[in-house]
Amino acid sequence: MIDNFLLLFDYPVLSADLALNGLLIGAVFVLAAFGMALVWGVLNIINIVQGEFVMLGGFVALMAAEAGLPVLLGIPIAALALFILGWGLYRLVIFRVIDRDLFVSVLATFGLSIVLQQLSNELFGADVRTLEAGLGTLLLFDGAVALAQIKVLAFFLALGLGLLLWLFLKYSRLGQAIRATAQNPRAASILGIDTDRVYAATYALNAALCGAAGALVVMAWAIHPYIGLPYTVRSFLIVIVAGVGNIGAVVAAGLGLGAFENVAGFIFGTEYQIALVFLLMVAVLVWRNLRLQRKRMYLK
Amino acid sequence: MSLLLDVKGVTKRFGGVVANDAVSLSVREGEIAGLIGPNGSGKTTLFSSIVGAHPIDAGAILYEGRDISSLRISEIARRGLTRTYQQTRIYGQMPVIDNMRISAPDVKEGILPLFRRAGRASEARARDLLSFVGLYEKRDLLAGSLSFGQQKLLEFAMALMSEPKMLLLDEPTAGINPTLINGLIDRLKRANKEFGVTLFVIEHNMRVIMNLADRITCLAHGQVLASGTPDEVREDPRVLDAYLGAQ
Amino acid sequence: MSRSAARYAAIGGAGLLVLAAPFLAPAFVTQFTFLWLMIVFALTWDLMGGQLGYNSFGNILFFGIGAYACAVFQRDSGLGYYEALALGAALGGVLAAAAAAFLGLGILGLRGHYFAIGTLGLGIAAGEIAGGWDYVGAGSGMTVPLFPGALELRSLFFYFTLAALALATFLTLRWLYGTRFGLALNAVRDDEDKAEAMGLYTARLKTAAWSLSAFFLGISGALAGNLIGFIDPRDVAFAGATYGVWMVLMAILGGKGTLWGPVIGAAVFHITQEIFWTYLLGWQRVALGLLIVAIVVFFPQGILGTLREKFPGRFGSKAEVQ
Ligand SMILES: Nc1ncnc2c1ncn2[C@@H]1O[C@H](COP(=O)(O)OP(=O)(O)OP(=O)(O)O)[C@@H](O)[C@H]1O
Ligand SMILES: [Mg+2]
Repeated sequence: MIDNFLLLFDYPVLSADLALNGLLIGAVFVLAAFGMALVWGVLNIINIVQGEFVMLGGFVALMAAEAGLPVLLGIPIAALALFILGWGLYRLVIFRVIDRDLFVSVLATFGLSIVLQQLSNELFGADVRTLEAGLGTLLLFDGAVALAQIKVLAFFLALGLGLLLWLFLKYSRLGQAIRATAQNPRAASILGIDTDRVYAATYALNAALCGAAGALVVMAWAIHPYIGLPYTVRSFLIVIVAGVGNIGAVVAAGLGLGAFENVAGFIFGTEYQIALVFLLMVAVLVWRNLRLQRKRMYLK
Repeated sequence: MSLLLDVKGVTKRFGGVVANDAVSLSVREGEIAGLIGPNGSGKTTLFSSIVGAHPIDAGAILYEGRDISSLRISEIARRGLTRTYQQTRIYGQMPVIDNMRISAPDVKEGILPLFRRAGRASEARARDLLSFVGLYEKRDLLAGSLSFGQQKLLEFAMALMSEPKMLLLDEPTAGINPTLINGLIDRLKRANKEFGVTLFVIEHNMRVIMNLADRITCLAHGQVLASGTPDEVREDPRVLDAYLGAQ
Repeated sequence: MSRSAARYAAIGGAGLLVLAAPFLAPAFVTQFTFLWLMIVFALTWDLMGGQLGYNSFGNILFFGIGAYACAVFQRDSGLGYYEALALGAALGGVLAAAAAAFLGLGILGLRGHYFAIGTLGLGIAAGEIAGGWDYVGAGSGMTVPLFPGALELRSLFFYFTLAALALATFLTLRWLYGTRFGLALNAVRDDEDKAEAMGLYTARLKTAAWSLSAFFLGISGALAGNLIGFIDPRDVAFAGATYGVWMVLMAILGGKGTLWGPVIGAAVFHITQEIFWTYLLGWQRVALGLLIVAIVVFFPQGILGTLREKFPGRFGSKAEVQ
């Protein structure tokens, strides 16, 4: 452990390699976190199925490619498929838990996450899968830092999608309705906004976003049926660090988390990487809460 | 009479809003003090500051001669200074009688006394206080199923059950049937006399507070506007202004 | 007189049934043994989730700590089987309680869903760590010492130890809920700010409750590890996707915040599971997820809660006394 830590200083290029690769996957975290913040802000629920949406997006892209479609086409297809799934889940389950205690929505979406996880396990098998996009590798610093081009592409696509979402929320009519509902659902419905539809659209949009993120994950990294929960926890972690409304902070936190994970995973051993993410979340929660407790408040 | 509570220049801000602006006032041991003021003048905020529900931005709060402004709400409660809430707070999923039982004074000593059987005296006191506020028949109902006014009375009884030295009551007559208000005034006075509890009462009902309080302080826009006997405050033109201006 | 006589008769009958069950239906001893384990799960979860209002997704952590602590003690102590198991189980319980007290310093300050998600993080992190830590066998898990006796004796041994544990847990909680400590737990659940404002020592209360819950879970982990014979970090010790969720589910199914609810929930869940699970051929966990959603969304009051609502006179909360 210490050896690996020192290695980072002896070979700064190695650190750069780790951090850069981490930054790249961080963009995917940003996307999932965006979606979680959106659903949290608008529907006031914490969506534990978030990560399963990512995972399913990956499998959809995989199937699309196996059906002979161009690999990159998997991204919109995954988004579309997940949009439909999200809409369906909203109509079946989510709308029933919106006004209830937050624990109810946490537990209900946790149940959904188990369902989707296990369904995928039955349907696709438990193997780790990846989709070869057929792009080369980018060599930096005389070949000391190797970046797969697909990762770089995924990075920019993820950030591009995030930007698109932001523009959509800001300028489209539906986006404005979503923001109005987030601020004050009562007032929005008095103004003639169909809040139920807005909720459904928001939830489906979030699923689509995660689906696209998942498609990027399967191309640039890998997926398996149990990959979901860490993505949920990362999204949650990013949102509690950055806040629900602050886009710049979400991007920074997401990229930072990606880099942190990769470097920490190298130091402590990759077998502990997931544990580190979860512990980091716990630590951030506790730390933020302790700071609030000094002001005699607590996380709400 | 000695000062039990001495609020010195207390300021409390919420972001840009200055809810309390250098408020100074005092309450003597054994008296009934009143706090009035238009809506949003900072009365509830002052109560929260006194009992330690939130930290204050400036000033000092002396209780029994010691500064308690850095203490937490539970520590202050253990010293015998308790408040009731404007939007009543009771334990909704517990029976009324259990709300009383868990408010007994010895629960403030630690968690070991919780394993002791509550004494006969304590049980009797819980029942007496419920009778005192007219809720004895409701003792086995879930507290959450009581009406707002009944919850208000229950919260008052719970506060008395904990044997405070000083009790801050936030609008005790709000939501109480007008025909019962006289009875409530009577009970507050009896609590003050018989149990020796110093009372500090926020009240919007002028008739009630004039009848009840020995001395009254009036807040407006977070500042102390006037203080004195009920008659002095009633006649103060600034108080009249504040109330008429606020309408 | 006749009522209390009927009561004693019922208790005596139930006691006899518990003692005789493994001999009456020897084929089902293992199922019965697991039922006791489920009852401990549901009862200890409800102490936190139902009585204190702190819905933990990570209580499986304490089960895992108990399982591993005992197994390591059995492996390294050099004592005989029974001594090592007894001391190891005690050690597991104590370590789990200590872990709860320590973690509680930070985690129990979190409220509502933040507590739920924080504990979820703890449980999963623990499983991941155990899966990478060589001292406890890392991903390949740990085996426990062989039981020194015949197979039937082994099943009877674990049947009775787990029955005793479930009974001890039940009686402890029954006593606890009858004291003002129990009332204080409910007060925190109903309005923690108010409880604090009334001078209750809420932090100590929460820590004590979590430690007690962890203590029994730790012992159950120690026994369950030996019952199963093998500890795999993610499937047994820190099995968030099975035991960890079942705890929550059984308590809610039976009725949160009641003494008997978790027991009933555990029995109903375990029996349904034993009957139907095998027909689901690998789709059990899908069914489990669906069951969670269905119960949480459509049946949040649970069996006892619903009965209480329908027949308030007979089940707990009383009608107005005139
Ligand atoms: N927690 C809070 N956060 C932000 N602003 C607050 C908070 N509590 C009170 N305020 C503001 O402080 C001011 C004083 O409020 P406070 O509740 O103390 O008034 P009040 O005198 O009790 O009014 P009322 O008679 O209506 O109960 C108000 O402007 C209110 O909006
Ligand atoms: Mg007020």
